Amino acid sequence: MSEAKDERRPAGELEASVLAALWAAGGPQTVGQVRKSLGTGLARTTVTTILTRLHDKGMVERSREGRGFAYAPLQDAQGITARRMHTELDRDSDRETVLARFVAQLSPDDERVLRDLLEADGA
Amino acid sequence: MTALLVLPLLLPFALPALARRALGRLAPATALWAVTGCAVALACCSLAAFGALALVGLLKLPVLASLGELTHPLRTASGLVVLPTAVTGAAMLALSCGTLLRSVVRQARALRAARAEAGGAAVAGDLCVVDAPGADAYALPGRPHRVVVTTGMLRALDGPEREALFAHERAHNAGGHHWFLAAAELAAHCHPALRPVRATVRLAAERAADEAAARRTGDRRVLARAIARAALAAPSSPGARPGFAAAATTGPVPARVHALLEAPGPPARAGRRAATALLVVCAAVSGFAAVSGTADFHHRVEVAQGEARP
Repeated sequence: MSEAKDERRPAGELEASVLAALWAAGGPQTVGQVRKSLGTGLARTTVTTILTRLHDKGMVERSREGRGFAYAPLQDAQGITARRMHTELDRDSDRETVLARFVAQLSPDDERVLRDLLEADGA
Repeated sequence: MTALLVLPLLLPFALPALARRALGRLAPATALWAVTGCAVALACCSLAAFGALALVGLLKLPVLASLGELTHPLRTASGLVVLPTAVTGAAMLALSCGTLLRSVVRQARALRAARAEAGGAAVAGDLCVVDAPGADAYALPGRPHRVVVTTGMLRALDGPEREALFAHERAHNAGGHHWFLAAAELAAHCHPALRPVRATVRLAAERAADEAAARRTGDRRVLARAIARAALAAPSSPGARPGFAAAATTGPVPARVHALLEAPGPPARAGRRAATALLVVCAAVSGFAAVSGTADFHHRVEVAQGEARP
Protein backbone atom coordinates (compact mmCIF):
# COMPACT_ATOMS: atom_id res chain seq x y z
CA MET A 1 0.00 0.00 0.00
CA SER A 2 1.41 3.39 -0.92
CA GLU A 3 1.97 6.12 1.62
CA ALA A 4 -0.50 8.52 0.03
CA LYS A 5 -3.21 5.88 0.14
CA ASP A 6 -2.48 5.17 3.81
CA GLU A 7 -2.75 8.78 4.87
CA ARG A 8 -6.15 9.03 3.22
CA ARG A 9 -7.66 6.12 5.11
CA PRO A 10 -10.41 6.82 7.66
CA ALA A 11 -9.11 7.54 11.16
CA GLY A 12 -11.00 4.54 12.56
CA GLU A 13 -9.14 2.15 10.30
CA LEU A 14 -5.76 3.60 11.26
CA GLU A 15 -6.63 3.29 14.95
CA ALA A 16 -7.62 -0.32 14.35
CA SER A 17 -4.31 -1.06 12.61
CA VAL A 18 -2.24 0.57 15.35
CA LEU A 19 -4.11 -1.21 18.16
CA ALA A 20 -3.66 -4.50 16.28
CA ALA A 21 0.07 -3.85 16.03
CA LEU A 22 0.28 -3.26 19.80
CA TRP A 23 -1.64 -6.44 20.61
CA ALA A 24 0.44 -8.44 18.14
CA ALA A 25 3.67 -7.34 19.82
CA GLY A 26 2.95 -8.70 23.29
CA GLY A 27 5.10 -6.07 25.07
CA PRO A 28 5.34 -2.26 25.28
CA GLN A 29 6.18 -0.70 21.92
CA THR A 30 7.78 2.62 21.00
CA VAL A 31 6.43 4.73 18.12
CA GLY A 32 9.26 3.51 15.89
CA GLN A 33 8.53 -0.13 16.68
CA VAL A 34 4.81 0.29 15.97
CA ARG A 35 5.62 1.99 12.69
CA LYS A 36 7.91 -0.87 11.70
CA SER A 37 5.33 -3.50 12.70
CA LEU A 38 2.66 -1.79 10.60
CA GLY A 39 4.93 -2.30 7.61
CA THR A 40 3.33 0.60 5.76
CA GLY A 41 4.66 4.00 4.88
CA LEU A 42 2.82 5.89 7.62
CA ALA A 43 4.56 9.04 8.81
CA ARG A 44 6.01 8.96 12.33
CA THR A 45 3.85 11.91 13.37
CA THR A 46 0.70 10.13 12.18
CA VAL A 47 1.52 7.07 14.30
CA THR A 48 2.24 9.30 17.31
CA THR A 49 -1.09 11.10 16.85
CA ILE A 50 -3.01 7.83 16.67
CA LEU A 51 -1.24 6.40 19.73
CA THR A 52 -2.02 9.57 21.68
CA ARG A 53 -5.66 9.34 20.63
CA LEU A 54 -5.85 5.68 21.72
CA HIS A 55 -4.28 6.67 25.03
CA ASP A 56 -6.84 9.45 25.51
CA LYS A 57 -9.62 6.93 24.89
CA GLY A 58 -8.17 4.62 27.51
CA MET A 59 -7.36 1.81 25.10
CA VAL A 60 -3.61 1.82 25.77
CA GLU A 61 -1.29 2.66 28.64
CA ARG A 62 2.06 4.36 28.19
CA SER A 63 5.28 4.57 30.16
CA ARG A 64 8.36 6.74 29.76
CA GLU A 65 11.06 5.17 27.67
CA GLY A 66 14.09 7.27 26.84
CA ARG A 67 12.93 10.52 25.29
CA GLY A 68 9.51 9.18 24.27
CA PHE A 69 6.85 6.77 25.42
CA ALA A 70 6.33 3.05 25.13
CA TYR A 71 2.71 1.97 24.57
CA ALA A 72 0.94 -1.24 25.59
CA PRO A 73 -2.67 -2.31 25.12
CA LEU A 74 -4.84 -2.21 28.23
CA GLN A 75 -6.31 -5.47 29.43
CA ASP A 76 -9.13 -4.62 31.82
CA ALA A 77 -11.83 -6.54 33.66
CA GLN A 78 -14.12 -6.19 30.64
CA GLY A 79 -11.52 -7.77 28.43
CA ILE A 80 -11.25 -10.73 30.74
CA THR A 81 -15.02 -11.19 30.60
CA ALA A 82 -14.76 -11.06 26.84
CA ARG A 83 -12.11 -13.76 26.85
CA ARG A 84 -14.31 -15.99 28.99
CA MET A 85 -17.21 -15.51 26.58
CA HIS A 86 -14.96 -16.34 23.69
CA THR A 87 -14.19 -19.70 25.28
CA GLU A 88 -17.93 -20.26 25.68
CA LEU A 89 -18.60 -19.26 22.11
CA ASP A 90 -15.91 -21.65 20.88
CA ARG A 91 -17.90 -24.56 22.23
CA ASP A 92 -20.91 -23.51 20.21
CA SER A 93 -20.91 -25.03 16.75
CA ASP A 94 -23.78 -22.71 15.76
CA ARG A 95 -21.38 -19.83 15.36
CA GLU A 96 -20.26 -21.41 12.10
CA THR A 97 -23.67 -20.72 10.64
CA VAL A 98 -23.99 -17.03 11.50
CA LEU A 99 -20.54 -15.55 11.29
CA ALA A 100 -18.30 -15.31 8.26
CA ARG A 101 -15.01 -16.51 9.69
CA PHE A 102 -11.67 -15.80 8.13
CA VAL A 103 -10.59 -19.42 7.92
CA ALA A 104 -12.31 -22.75 8.22
CA GLN A 105 -10.86 -25.74 10.00
CA LEU A 106 -8.34 -27.75 8.05
CA SER A 107 -8.09 -31.41 7.30
CA PRO A 108 -4.58 -32.96 7.35
CA ASP A 109 -4.71 -32.91 3.52
CA ASP A 110 -5.51 -29.20 3.55
CA GLU A 111 -2.59 -28.54 5.87
CA ARG A 112 -0.15 -30.27 3.56
CA VAL A 113 -1.47 -28.42 0.49
CA LEU A 114 -1.26 -25.07 2.29
CA ARG A 115 2.32 -25.64 3.41
CA ASP A 116 3.23 -26.53 -0.17
CA LEU A 117 1.53 -23.37 -1.47
CA LEU A 118 3.31 -21.20 1.11
CA GLU A 119 6.68 -22.71 0.21
CA ALA A 120 6.03 -22.38 -3.52
CA ASP A 121 5.18 -18.71 -2.96
CA GLY A 122 8.58 -18.23 -1.37
CA ALA A 123 7.20 -16.90 1.87
CA MET B 1 -51.14 -32.37 -10.79
CA THR B 2 -49.06 -34.58 -8.51
CA ALA B 3 -46.46 -34.95 -11.25
CA LEU B 4 -46.09 -31.16 -11.52
CA LEU B 5 -45.70 -30.82 -7.76
CA VAL B 6 -42.97 -33.46 -7.69
CA LEU B 7 -40.73 -31.38 -9.96
CA PRO B 8 -39.98 -28.67 -7.33
CA LEU B 9 -39.07 -31.49 -4.94
CA LEU B 10 -36.62 -33.09 -7.37
CA LEU B 11 -34.85 -29.98 -8.70
CA PRO B 12 -33.05 -29.20 -5.41
CA PHE B 13 -31.06 -32.42 -5.92
CA ALA B 14 -29.46 -30.84 -9.00
CA LEU B 15 -28.55 -27.56 -7.29
CA PRO B 16 -25.41 -28.56 -5.33
CA ALA B 17 -23.61 -29.57 -8.55
CA LEU B 18 -24.91 -26.55 -10.49
CA ALA B 19 -23.88 -24.22 -7.64
CA ARG B 20 -20.33 -25.57 -7.51
CA ARG B 21 -20.10 -25.22 -11.28
CA ALA B 22 -21.35 -21.61 -11.10
CA LEU B 23 -18.81 -20.75 -8.39
CA GLY B 24 -16.04 -22.12 -10.60
CA ARG B 25 -17.04 -20.03 -13.61
CA LEU B 26 -18.58 -16.79 -12.34
CA ALA B 27 -17.00 -13.87 -10.51
CA PRO B 28 -17.37 -14.74 -6.80
CA ALA B 29 -19.72 -11.83 -6.02
CA THR B 30 -21.99 -12.77 -8.94
CA ALA B 31 -21.91 -16.45 -7.96
CA LEU B 32 -22.88 -15.49 -4.41
CA TRP B 33 -26.00 -13.68 -5.66
CA ALA B 34 -26.94 -16.32 -8.24
CA VAL B 35 -26.48 -19.39 -6.03
CA THR B 36 -28.16 -17.88 -2.97
CA GLY B 37 -31.07 -16.57 -5.07
CA CYS B 38 -31.56 -19.93 -6.73
CA ALA B 39 -31.39 -21.80 -3.40
CA VAL B 40 -34.00 -19.50 -1.85
CA ALA B 41 -36.29 -19.85 -4.90
CA LEU B 42 -36.02 -23.65 -4.86
CA ALA B 43 -36.61 -23.68 -1.09
CA CYS B 44 -39.81 -21.63 -1.41
CA CYS B 45 -41.08 -23.80 -4.29
CA SER B 46 -40.40 -27.04 -2.45
CA LEU B 47 -42.19 -25.73 0.65
CA ALA B 48 -45.19 -24.83 -1.52
CA ALA B 49 -45.12 -28.28 -3.14
CA PHE B 50 -44.90 -30.08 0.22
CA GLY B 51 -47.80 -27.96 1.44
CA ALA B 52 -50.00 -28.63 -1.60
CA LEU B 53 -49.33 -32.38 -1.47
CA ALA B 54 -50.20 -32.48 2.22
CA LEU B 55 -53.41 -30.50 1.64
CA VAL B 56 -54.56 -32.88 -1.09
CA GLY B 57 -54.38 -35.76 1.38
CA LEU B 58 -56.05 -33.80 4.16
CA LEU B 59 -59.01 -32.87 1.94
CA LYS B 60 -59.52 -36.58 1.32
CA LEU B 61 -60.52 -36.95 4.97
CA PRO B 62 -64.32 -36.58 5.29
CA VAL B 63 -64.10 -34.26 8.32
CA LEU B 64 -61.81 -31.78 6.61
CA ALA B 65 -63.66 -32.12 3.30
CA SER B 66 -66.89 -30.94 4.97
CA LEU B 67 -64.97 -28.25 6.82
CA GLY B 68 -63.62 -27.09 3.44
CA GLU B 69 -67.21 -27.05 2.10
CA LEU B 70 -66.42 -29.67 -0.55
CA THR B 71 -69.75 -30.82 -2.00
CA HIS B 72 -68.18 -33.28 -4.45
CA PRO B 73 -65.22 -35.57 -3.78
CA LEU B 74 -61.90 -34.02 -4.74
CA ARG B 75 -60.74 -35.52 -8.03
CA THR B 76 -57.22 -36.83 -7.60
CA ALA B 77 -55.04 -39.72 -8.65
CA SER B 78 -55.67 -43.03 -6.87
CA GLY B 79 -55.49 -43.05 -3.09
CA LEU B 80 -52.52 -45.38 -3.35
CA VAL B 81 -50.48 -42.45 -4.68
CA VAL B 82 -52.13 -39.55 -2.90
CA LEU B 83 -52.04 -40.83 0.67
CA PRO B 84 -48.32 -41.71 0.87
CA THR B 85 -47.33 -38.44 -0.84
CA ALA B 86 -49.63 -36.51 1.50
CA VAL B 87 -48.15 -38.15 4.57
CA THR B 88 -44.62 -37.52 3.26
CA GLY B 89 -45.48 -33.91 2.41
CA ALA B 90 -46.95 -33.26 5.84
CA ALA B 91 -44.01 -34.91 7.59
CA MET B 92 -41.46 -32.95 5.57
CA LEU B 93 -43.32 -29.72 6.18
CA ALA B 94 -43.42 -30.34 9.93
CA LEU B 95 -39.75 -31.29 9.96
CA SER B 96 -38.79 -28.19 7.96
CA CYS B 97 -40.75 -25.88 10.23
CA GLY B 98 -39.22 -27.50 13.32
CA THR B 99 -35.60 -27.28 12.21
CA LEU B 100 -36.17 -23.84 10.69
CA LEU B 101 -37.43 -22.50 13.98
CA ARG B 102 -34.64 -24.15 15.94
CA SER B 103 -32.05 -22.74 13.55
CA VAL B 104 -33.43 -19.20 13.87
CA VAL B 105 -33.38 -19.42 17.67
CA ARG B 106 -29.83 -20.84 17.79
CA GLN B 107 -28.48 -18.30 15.30
CA ALA B 108 -30.02 -15.42 17.21
CA ARG B 109 -28.44 -16.77 20.39
CA ALA B 110 -25.00 -17.19 18.78
CA LEU B 111 -25.20 -13.68 17.33
CA ARG B 112 -26.16 -12.25 20.73
CA ALA B 113 -23.25 -14.03 22.38
CA ALA B 114 -20.84 -12.74 19.72
CA ARG B 115 -22.16 -9.17 20.13
CA ALA B 116 -21.77 -9.37 23.89
CA GLU B 117 -18.24 -10.63 23.40
CA ALA B 118 -17.38 -7.74 21.08
CA GLY B 119 -19.05 -5.30 23.47
CA GLY B 120 -16.63 -6.20 26.25
CA ALA B 121 -13.49 -6.26 24.12
CA ALA B 122 -10.94 -3.56 23.39
CA VAL B 123 -12.33 -1.45 20.54
CA ALA B 124 -10.58 0.92 18.15
CA GLY B 125 -12.36 2.05 15.02
CA ASP B 126 -14.33 -1.01 13.88
CA LEU B 127 -11.87 -3.47 15.41
CA CYS B 128 -12.53 -5.56 18.52
CA VAL B 129 -9.55 -7.37 19.98
CA VAL B 130 -10.30 -10.41 22.14
CA ASP B 131 -7.38 -11.54 24.26
CA ALA B 132 -7.38 -15.26 23.47
CA PRO B 133 -4.57 -17.55 22.32
CA GLY B 134 -6.54 -19.36 19.58
CA ALA B 135 -6.28 -17.73 16.13
CA ASP B 136 -9.73 -16.57 15.12
CA ALA B 137 -11.24 -13.67 13.20
CA TYR B 138 -14.72 -12.92 11.99
CA ALA B 139 -16.94 -10.17 10.67
CA LEU B 140 -19.68 -9.31 13.15
CA PRO B 141 -22.70 -7.67 11.49
CA GLY B 142 -24.60 -5.07 13.47
CA ARG B 143 -24.74 -1.34 14.06
CA PRO B 144 -21.98 -0.50 13.59
CA HIS B 145 -20.39 -3.48 11.83
CA ARG B 146 -17.38 -4.85 13.62
CA VAL B 147 -14.30 -6.92 12.93
CA VAL B 148 -13.53 -9.27 15.81
CA VAL B 149 -10.05 -10.74 16.04
CA THR B 150 -8.15 -12.63 18.74
CA THR B 151 -4.66 -11.72 19.90
CA GLY B 152 -3.62 -15.22 18.79
CA MET B 153 -4.57 -14.30 15.21
CA LEU B 154 -2.84 -10.90 15.37
CA ARG B 155 0.39 -12.54 16.54
CA ALA B 156 0.32 -15.10 13.72
CA LEU B 157 0.42 -12.39 11.03
CA ASP B 158 2.77 -9.53 10.12
CA GLY B 159 1.67 -5.92 9.50
CA PRO B 160 0.61 -6.11 5.82
CA GLU B 161 -1.04 -9.50 6.43
CA ARG B 162 -3.09 -8.02 9.28
CA GLU B 163 -4.22 -5.23 6.94
CA ALA B 164 -5.26 -7.85 4.37
CA LEU B 165 -7.23 -9.71 7.05
CA PHE B 166 -9.03 -6.52 8.11
CA ALA B 167 -9.79 -5.66 4.47
CA HIS B 168 -11.28 -9.14 4.03
CA GLU B 169 -13.53 -8.84 7.09
CA ARG B 170 -14.57 -5.29 6.14
CA ALA B 171 -15.54 -6.61 2.71
CA HIS B 172 -17.85 -9.15 4.40
CA ASN B 173 -19.50 -6.35 6.36
CA ALA B 174 -19.71 -3.93 3.43
CA GLY B 175 -21.15 -6.63 1.17
CA GLY B 176 -23.77 -7.69 3.73
CA HIS B 177 -22.58 -11.29 3.37
CA HIS B 178 -24.31 -12.32 6.58
CA TRP B 179 -27.66 -11.99 4.78
CA PHE B 180 -26.53 -14.51 2.16
CA LEU B 181 -25.27 -16.94 4.80
CA ALA B 182 -28.52 -16.65 6.75
CA ALA B 183 -30.63 -17.13 3.60
CA ALA B 184 -28.64 -20.24 2.61
CA GLU B 185 -28.99 -21.59 6.15
CA LEU B 186 -32.77 -21.14 6.10
CA ALA B 187 -33.07 -22.63 2.60
CA ALA B 188 -31.13 -25.69 3.78
CA HIS B 189 -33.88 -26.40 6.31
CA CYS B 190 -36.62 -26.33 3.66
CA HIS B 191 -35.32 -29.26 1.61
CA PRO B 192 -32.64 -31.77 2.66
CA ALA B 193 -30.97 -31.65 -0.78
CA LEU B 194 -30.23 -27.93 -0.30
CA ARG B 195 -27.94 -28.62 2.69
CA PRO B 196 -24.72 -28.99 0.68
CA VAL B 197 -25.43 -25.65 -1.04
CA ARG B 198 -24.65 -23.91 2.26
CA ALA B 199 -20.97 -24.78 1.90
CA THR B 200 -20.92 -23.38 -1.65
CA VAL B 201 -22.55 -20.12 -0.54
CA ARG B 202 -20.07 -19.88 2.32
CA LEU B 203 -17.14 -20.39 -0.04
CA ALA B 204 -18.61 -17.89 -2.52
CA ALA B 205 -18.85 -15.29 0.28
CA GLU B 206 -15.24 -15.92 1.31
CA ARG B 207 -14.04 -15.72 -2.29
CA ALA B 208 -16.00 -12.50 -2.86
CA ALA B 209 -14.44 -10.98 0.28
CA ASP B 210 -10.99 -12.22 -0.81
CA GLU B 211 -11.30 -10.54 -4.20
CA ALA B 212 -12.58 -7.30 -2.67
CA ALA B 213 -9.72 -7.31 -0.15
CA ALA B 214 -7.16 -8.04 -2.88
CA ARG B 215 -8.46 -5.08 -4.90
CA ARG B 216 -8.37 -2.89 -1.80
CA THR B 217 -4.85 -3.76 -0.68
CA GLY B 218 -3.54 -4.24 -4.21
CA ASP B 219 -1.57 -7.37 -3.29
CA ARG B 220 -3.06 -10.83 -3.86
CA ARG B 221 -0.01 -12.69 -2.56
CA VAL B 222 -0.05 -10.99 0.84
CA LEU B 223 -3.71 -11.91 1.32
CA ALA B 224 -3.05 -15.50 0.17
CA ARG B 225 -0.22 -15.74 2.68
CA ALA B 226 -2.39 -14.26 5.45
CA ILE B 227 -5.15 -16.82 4.82
CA ALA B 228 -2.70 -19.72 4.75
CA ARG B 229 -0.86 -18.60 7.91
CA ALA B 230 -4.11 -17.92 9.77
CA ALA B 231 -5.51 -21.34 8.85
CA LEU B 232 -2.35 -23.12 9.95
CA ALA B 233 -2.32 -21.15 13.22
CA ALA B 234 -5.99 -21.85 13.98
CA PRO B 235 -6.50 -24.76 16.36
CA SER B 236 -7.46 -27.80 14.32
CA SER B 237 -10.84 -29.24 15.15
CA PRO B 238 -10.80 -31.83 17.95
CA GLY B 239 -12.52 -34.65 16.09
CA ALA B 240 -12.20 -33.27 12.61
CA ARG B 241 -12.77 -35.97 10.07
CA PRO B 242 -12.22 -39.69 10.42
CA GLY B 243 -9.25 -40.93 8.41
CA PHE B 244 -11.30 -43.00 6.01
CA ALA B 245 -13.19 -39.92 4.87
CA ALA B 246 -10.04 -38.25 3.50
CA ALA B 247 -11.32 -35.90 0.87
CA ALA B 248 -10.54 -36.35 -2.79
CA THR B 249 -10.55 -32.60 -3.21
CA THR B 250 -9.04 -30.17 -0.75
CA GLY B 251 -11.09 -27.96 1.52
CA PRO B 252 -12.13 -24.37 1.02
CA VAL B 253 -9.00 -22.72 2.47
CA PRO B 254 -6.48 -24.19 -0.01
CA ALA B 255 -8.94 -23.44 -2.81
CA ARG B 256 -9.04 -19.77 -1.77
CA VAL B 257 -5.26 -19.51 -1.46
CA HIS B 258 -4.82 -21.16 -4.83
CA ALA B 259 -7.33 -18.82 -6.48
CA LEU B 260 -5.50 -15.79 -5.06
CA LEU B 261 -2.05 -16.96 -6.18
CA GLU B 262 -3.31 -17.61 -9.70
CA ALA B 263 -3.37 -14.58 -11.93
CA PRO B 264 -6.94 -13.31 -12.07
CA GLY B 265 -8.18 -13.91 -15.60
CA PRO B 266 -11.76 -13.55 -16.72
CA PRO B 267 -13.22 -17.03 -17.27
CA ALA B 268 -14.56 -18.01 -20.68
CA ARG B 269 -17.62 -16.00 -21.56
CA ALA B 270 -19.53 -19.02 -22.83
CA GLY B 271 -18.93 -20.92 -19.58
CA ARG B 272 -20.10 -17.93 -17.58
CA ARG B 273 -23.31 -17.65 -19.57
CA ALA B 274 -24.02 -21.38 -19.38
CA ALA B 275 -23.51 -21.49 -15.61
CA THR B 276 -25.85 -18.53 -15.06
CA ALA B 277 -28.41 -19.86 -17.53
CA LEU B 278 -28.52 -23.25 -15.78
CA LEU B 279 -29.25 -21.63 -12.41
CA VAL B 280 -31.91 -19.36 -13.89
CA VAL B 281 -33.58 -22.25 -15.74
CA CYS B 282 -33.50 -24.37 -12.59
CA ALA B 283 -35.23 -21.65 -10.55
CA ALA B 284 -37.69 -20.82 -13.34
CA VAL B 285 -38.75 -24.43 -13.96
CA SER B 286 -39.20 -24.99 -10.25
CA GLY B 287 -41.22 -21.80 -9.91
CA PHE B 288 -43.38 -22.59 -12.92
CA ALA B 289 -44.07 -26.15 -11.74
CA ALA B 290 -44.91 -25.05 -8.20
CA VAL B 291 -47.20 -22.23 -9.35
CA SER B 292 -49.05 -24.24 -12.00
CA GLY B 293 -49.27 -27.30 -9.73
CA THR B 294 -50.74 -25.22 -6.93
CA ALA B 295 -53.07 -23.38 -9.32
CA ASP B 296 -54.32 -26.71 -10.67
CA PHE B 297 -54.89 -27.95 -7.14
CA HIS B 298 -56.80 -24.77 -6.32
CA HIS B 299 -58.96 -25.25 -9.41
CA ARG B 300 -59.80 -28.84 -8.39
CA VAL B 301 -60.80 -27.67 -4.93
CA GLU B 302 -63.12 -25.08 -6.48
CA VAL B 303 -64.64 -27.77 -8.70
CA ALA B 304 -65.20 -29.95 -5.64
CA GLN B 305 -66.81 -27.00 -3.87
CA GLY B 306 -69.17 -26.70 -6.86
CA GLU B 307 -67.91 -23.18 -7.60
CA ALA B 308 -66.23 -23.97 -10.91
CA ARG B 309 -66.83 -26.31 -13.80
CA PRO B 310 -64.37 -29.14 -14.36
